[in-house]
Amino acid sequence: MAQVHSTHGHEDNGHASSEILGGHQSYTTVTDTIADVVLKRPLGKAWLFGFAISFALLMMFLFAVTNLLVRGIGIWGVNIPVGWGFDIVNFVWWIGIGHAGTLISAILLLLKQDWRTSINRFAEAMTLFAVACAGLYPLMHMGRPWLFYWLMPLPNTMALWPQFRSPLEFDVFAVSTYATVSLLFWYVGLIPDLATLRDRATNPLIKKLYAIPALGWRGSAIHWHRYRTAYLLLAGIATPLVVSVHTIVALDFTIGIIPGWHTTVFPPYFVAGAIFSGFAMVATLAIPLRSYFGLKDYITDKHLDNMAKVMLVTGLIVTYGYMIEGFMAWYGANTYERYQMLVDRPTGAYKHDWWLLILCNCVMTQLLWFKSIRNNIILLWLISLVINVGMWLERYVIVVISLHSDFLPSSWGMYHGTVWDYMTFYGTIGLFMTLMFLFVRILPAISIAEMRELVHELHERDEARTQATPPAARTV
Amino acid sequence: MSNRTRSDFGSQDLSELRRKLAGSSGPQYWRSLEELAGTEEFERYLHREFPEQAAEWHDPVGRRQFLQLMGASLALAGVSGCVVRPEDKIVPYVKAPEHVVPGKPLYYASAAVQEGYGSGILVESHLGRPTKVEGNPSHPASLGATDLFTQASILNLYDPDRSQSVTLNGHLTSWDALLNALIDLRTVQLAKKGAGVRFLTGTVTSPTVARLMDQVLGPKFFPQARWHQYEPVGHANRRAGIRLATGTDAEAVHHIDKADVVVSLDADFLSWGPSKLRDARNLAIRREPGPENKNPIRLYVVEPTPSITGATADHRWPLSSEEIQAVAATLARAVGVSDLPSAATELKAPWLATLVADLQKSKGKSLVLAGETQPPAIHALVHAINQALGNVGQTLTYHEPVAALAPEGQSGSISELADDIRAGRVEALFILGNNPVYDAPSELGFAATGAESSSLLLKVPTVVHLGLFNDETAQVSTWHIPEAHFLESWGDVRAFDGSATIIQPLIAPLYGGRTASEVLSTLIDGTPLPSRSLVEDTWRGNRSDSDFTAFWTKSLHDGVIADSAAKPKSVSLKPLADISWPKAGTGKYELLFRPDPTIWDGSHSNNGWLQELPKPMTRVVWDNPALISKKTADQEGLKDGDILKLTLNGRILKVPVWVNPGHAEDAITLTLGFGRSEDAGYRGRVGAGVGFDTYSLRTQNGFWSTRGVLVEKTGENYPLYSTQGHNTMVGRDLIRTGTHADYAHDPTIGPTPYGVVMHHEAAGDHGAANGHGHAEETGITPHGADPAKGLIGFEYPEPYRRRNDGELGNRWGMSINLNACIGCAACVVACQAENNIPVVGKDQVGRGREMHWLRIDRYYATESRDAEPSANPATHFQPIPCMHCETAPCEMVCPVEATSHSAEGLNEMTYNRCVGTRYCSNNCPYKVRRFNFFQYSDQLTESLKLQRNPDVSVRTRGVMEKCTYCVQRLTKARIEAQIKSPDGNDAVPGDAVATACQQACPTRAIVFGNMNDRSSAVAKAKEDPRNYSLLAELNTRPRTTYLAKLTNPNTAIEA
Repeated sequence: MAQVHSTHGHEDNGHASSEILGGHQSYTTVTDTIADVVLKRPLGKAWLFGFAISFALLMMFLFAVTNLLVRGIGIWGVNIPVGWGFDIVNFVWWIGIGHAGTLISAILLLLKQDWRTSINRFAEAMTLFAVACAGLYPLMHMGRPWLFYWLMPLPNTMALWPQFRSPLEFDVFAVSTYATVSLLFWYVGLIPDLATLRDRATNPLIKKLYAIPALGWRGSAIHWHRYRTAYLLLAGIATPLVVSVHTIVALDFTIGIIPGWHTTVFPPYFVAGAIFSGFAMVATLAIPLRSYFGLKDYITDKHLDNMAKVMLVTGLIVTYGYMIEGFMAWYGANTYERYQMLVDRPTGAYKHDWWLLILCNCVMTQLLWFKSIRNNIILLWLISLVINVGMWLERYVIVVISLHSDFLPSSWGMYHGTVWDYMTFYGTIGLFMTLMFLFVRILPAISIAEMRELVHELHERDEARTQATPPAARTV
Repeated sequence: MSNRTRSDFGSQDLSELRRKLAGSSGPQYWRSLEELAGTEEFERYLHREFPEQAAEWHDPVGRRQFLQLMGASLALAGVSGCVVRPEDKIVPYVKAPEHVVPGKPLYYASAAVQEGYGSGILVESHLGRPTKVEGNPSHPASLGATDLFTQASILNLYDPDRSQSVTLNGHLTSWDALLNALIDLRTVQLAKKGAGVRFLTGTVTSPTVARLMDQVLGPKFFPQARWHQYEPVGHANRRAGIRLATGTDAEAVHHIDKADVVVSLDADFLSWGPSKLRDARNLAIRREPGPENKNPIRLYVVEPTPSITGATADHRWPLSSEEIQAVAATLARAVGVSDLPSAATELKAPWLATLVADLQKSKGKSLVLAGETQPPAIHALVHAINQALGNVGQTLTYHEPVAALAPEGQSGSISELADDIRAGRVEALFILGNNPVYDAPSELGFAATGAESSSLLLKVPTVVHLGLFNDETAQVSTWHIPEAHFLESWGDVRAFDGSATIIQPLIAPLYGGRTASEVLSTLIDGTPLPSRSLVEDTWRGNRSDSDFTAFWTKSLHDGVIADSAAKPKSVSLKPLADISWPKAGTGKYELLFRPDPTIWDGSHSNNGWLQELPKPMTRVVWDNPALISKKTADQEGLKDGDILKLTLNGRILKVPVWVNPGHAEDAITLTLGFGRSEDAGYRGRVGAGVGFDTYSLRTQNGFWSTRGVLVEKTGENYPLYSTQGHNTMVGRDLIRTGTHADYAHDPTIGPTPYGVVMHHEAAGDHGAANGHGHAEETGITPHGADPAKGLIGFEYPEPYRRRNDGELGNRWGMSINLNACIGCAACVVACQAENNIPVVGKDQVGRGREMHWLRIDRYYATESRDAEPSANPATHFQPIPCMHCETAPCEMVCPVEATSHSAEGLNEMTYNRCVGTRYCSNNCPYKVRRFNFFQYSDQLTESLKLQRNPDVSVRTRGVMEKCTYCVQRLTKARIEAQIKSPDGNDAVPGDAVATACQQACPTRAIVFGNMNDRSSAVAKAKEDPRNYSLLAELNTRPRTTYLAKLTNPNTAIEA
């Protein structure tokens, strides 16, 4: 695979097209289309409009956080018994969304799923930005956020050490590792493209700005060799993280003794749920992105179809998880769990949230069985939005409903997010979208190098198909 | 810093110094011996900028050097910031006050006063500031316990909104100006024999005030003056009833301890009355199973408004006031009181016959009590019933009156005062502690509402008002004098049985407050004598000086004056036939007025602790909704918080309703003490604007109950917050109850109404659940195979039982006897006072953020399935402090180890370490943890700083807190034990330490101590067959366990 490409792309010998690469693409068309989005395309009105809204939300977020730091977390709706609310709901939601990026980048890379190529870059970016949003919540939700570093094992004169039995401590390591590896993975993957942009940029300042992070990439064979090794190694490191991060997030709940939390089914179904929501978010972003920037040849209907299939599978796993939760509560004959799972969730004070969750995650997903629906871009986009809502509700149900009615009926209480909860939540969406908008303007949203590689491979495949016998073609 | 030492200055010899000193005149100021000696070195030192050895920088400063210097300066600025110390003088006592050891509190005996009657207290004082009130065990009304008002009185003392200066027509003036005015007034009135002088006070039992009033009203001073007594919530009906029954003034004292059967006719004797703490204690003793209590007490209660007495009763029926009067008549006739007034109607109910049979079975050992809310005629009838049952002299005794009375012809009611004012007969009115503008019957016109455009008091030329607060009455008084709180004044007071206590001040009056006796002494002597000498004069009698000193010291020390109880009085009952029977009113709804369980008559409305204390029955805070039954609510289409418009005699009150299970049907209860507003002249920041002014509907004739109220639904809504949203146990095994009969049959098993079987839990070395057959009965499977070993055979680690050195140290544990708990909430306030627990306000409580470390859960249970569940449910109370689980779920989830386990078994909270993730609270199955969502503790108000317990941290925003078992008290006890022990063993004797809640509890429901001491009360309680752990199936191994509740129902009565 040590195929060497020039970064200049004037060797215009590879033409390819397939289900995962539309049109008739060559190295030049790939490079031009993707790089021009960054370097040549003027600021469109739509982009400016979207960015302005996102940035306004980000400013609202800063306002909400400032108020939070000044006044205390009492501005949120959290209380006793519901000590966690939007903070942890959003944390888990964002972390879940981040999972698609790692899955697409790492696992599909190792599994040699070449359809991942066109969506991996912005899926990774999405991961990174989602983890950034997620990581803010555990910090903000603390009563004394300025002491967050007490959760790190820092040597200190008081000989104080974190408590490693606490799942929150696991979280510190899980999330920070995840963020670090995701960032490295994303950055390493970007290096050849940064070099392309450096070489294609005409403005000397912009050239310099791309040159610095390009780390002097010249596309030599040795560069490619080391790049390949590093990228694969990082993929190998990232792979277990797909499973571990959300498993540990699930442990935040399962280690607790609260009925509705204390269940062993959480880790697998949390991971499935994370991938479910992650792919939904990729679809939510990719569909408008490819249409706006004219990248339909790169992110094809086949891609969307594949993503829909992943959503269907993970959605079914999640549905199975819900069924097992209910079954175990009944079969386990634990009074408290039975009440929580079989009485309070479907018929209690939060029953609307629960039923909406079932509608979004279990019922709506079934539409994806049909190819016609998977290929209907508008419907698919709407379903992906519904799944995003459903997965948010899932975390709301787990965090809030479980806490609001635990063991002693005397201490049962209600939780409702305040205006500050919503401002913080929409604010992180603003942060996420702002970063996304900047990303698509500043960095290539689709990996140029990998796309060229894909062009080459498809070309080779085409040639093999025309020259060799049909059985040989299938071996490629 | 200079590295110069003393030797650098050369040596100075003393003779040289002396010579220099001798050669000058006047005081010489010198900084050091070197200066004095005037050495050359010192002169140089003074004038040189840098020390001798310092390398001076003579080079011109270049850019780089400048930057270096700036950098270093910035860094050093940070360093020096750490060492700036505030300028302060630390001066030791030149002459240390006796007994004062910093860090060690002192306790002084005194008395708390409520409705005129005293209850003995011991006040904890830290370096001269009182911080906590405890009961005085040797006082007959306290027996070591306190009620919630006494616990909260410490906050009243430090209330920053207390009146702070003398005012004349609302303008600040001085005490001297007042004295001059009083002396002028005295001169004028002496000439008229006091014809224009009126006094208005509450109930007075103080011998000193009584003596001074006697003098003032005596022939030498104001023989034509009158003394009016009024209390919005007092003892007027009770006293009038005795007068009606016996024709004389007397004090009736009941003895619950001697009674086998008690019938309460709306007598809420556990929360109302001068002997309530003693009654509660006696009731608890008589409910406890045991060899010395073969015949446990049985309590029947009929009442319209659910009360803690009704909740504690073995049988309770919600009846209207008229029905209760009919019950009294029925009882009277059945026990042989023949001369009933003809107007008396009777109530026919099958249970009533059974009740009568029970009473007759226990002649001489029964007791019928009538509540203050019943008219005097019913009280008179009840005296006759007790007489007929042979209870007089047994469970009911008569004594000489305890409360002071005005001389014949000079006494009067508040309505007579109003008449006198209207007739212009009042020239000077002295209001000593009352607040009639707020709490007098509304038709009298003291308040400027309704027909009256201005307050009646404005018609009086001179009104002198003495009060703790610059309140509604102060606003319309000529003079207002800040009153001294009972913790800052000398005085005396008598208890229910006449036992007197000297009230001694714990602190000098914070705001120059005065006492009633000082005001009276001004009228007598023309100059105010200090209260102390007034009190001393009262008690000096004919004792010699040395005798008196000994008597005085002993009385102060003991907190109760020996042999001061009222003498028994023999009374004979008068015929009842011609007493006027209360007339039944007309109208569908009966409107009832009751004191608020926490704010009482309004005297505590500025007390945040009491405002935020959940009312025992409704758990509502910061409000006084109208209480109605479920049926009434359904009829009128009302739900909690709906605003009702009540119209009575043309006066309108809009008030939200609260559906109170067990409330009498077709009745509305309004509780007093709320609805104070700045418009009306109320100046309390806590109490202003809270609740609804129910006094506005209260009249002389409808003082406690009235009919004829018009009820109208407005369709408006008002937010009411209760700390407990869910009232049933949803079939969970939380409160275990049984009957005495079952218990006698087999103490280990007894059915409870909830389908859960009470079972034996052996308190072995682990204090853990040993639930034989528990799983089958509750349908809950404990984790792990062997409940005694717990989770996967996990054996409890040795350090939790023994200290590290192998010695048997302390193993703290608590047992709460649900059989004794009456839900009075004194423990909750005691905990708040002891542990510096902040008040969060109505809005925060509404968001579920109350901070009480100890809460009382109140559950309803309906025993029969056919009955309407909320008509008359059984009520159970369960105090919930931290359980101090041995395997605490909170501990393992804290990422920073801010909550951890002590070797003595405490689940400890390290505030400094807490970062506030709140996971510990989420994971607490008992939800006893409390979080500082905001900066709740008021760290700015100066007077509140004085109140704080210096042994307990004041928590800041963002940290978790919870019950510590009063760890500061445990530490103190441990240190004392270690000092006393010859080998330094810190094991505390089992019962040597009491938690704040335990100490306050009138029924001694809470037992705490070292479980390693097998003779301790707590170790014994854990071996009681009724002992059980809450949520034992979670394997949390709580150190706080409960004793099941036993009731004593009459099997002949079908619920």
